[in-house]
Amino acid sequence: MTIEVRIPTILRPYTKDQKSVHAEGASLSAVISNLDSQYAGIAERLLENGALRRFINIYVNDEDVRFLGSLEAQVRDGDSITILPAVAGG
Amino acid sequence: MTLEISREFVDAILEQSRSEYPDECCGVIVGPVGANKAQRLKPMINSAHSPTFYEFDPKDLLALYREIDDNDEEIVVIYHSHTETEAYPSRTDIAYAGEPGAHYVLVSTRKEIAPATEFRSYRIIDAVVSEEPVIILD
Repeated sequence: MTIEVRIPTILRPYTKDQKSVHAEGASLSAVISNLDSQYAGIAERLLENGALRRFINIYVNDEDVRFLGSLEAQVRDGDSITILPAVAGG
Repeated sequence: MTLEISREFVDAILEQSRSEYPDECCGVIVGPVGANKAQRLKPMINSAHSPTFYEFDPKDLLALYREIDDNDEEIVVIYHSHTETEAYPSRTDIAYAGEPGAHYVLVSTRKEIAPATEFRSYRIIDAVVSEEPVIILD
């Protein structure tokens, strides 16, 4: 189960500047664990108290994971995950 | 760093800020990857519809990144308005600043300074704010 994960600029220091990496897993949660085992520390930037951070957007293909069960979102071989920091402020 | 921006874009951003008052307005200017050139203005919808907060809708955000990737463009400027306060990044602006390569532009259309306005640009990297000069190209 290989998933392409697109990494935003702000997290590329974790991935040695790679824009796109590969991870394994059948759910978003498993993919994030696998990513963190390859790129230590990245999970902390995505999760807070075991849930997705409010101002990080993650998409499976073109769908916001908040509509797919968040961390429980299922992924299949060949799916693409995109991580984007929210553009937000006060 | 310095932000160079056309008069046309400055006027358009100020106009957007007035027309969306009292809500904050927001948007980006994109340009060719690596060129640091503010070339194409893209106003965005403030999905928070708030006078004290702005956020790009997550669907619009993905569409924006897909579009600029396809065009070999990147985000050069991220702008929003402050309608009642100074054009300086707020605590939340700093906390959520996620594009270390972007110029963060703040405009203020607050009443106390009307009819004058403020148009200022910053880098926000690792929660450190540095103001930078703005050169307006006529």
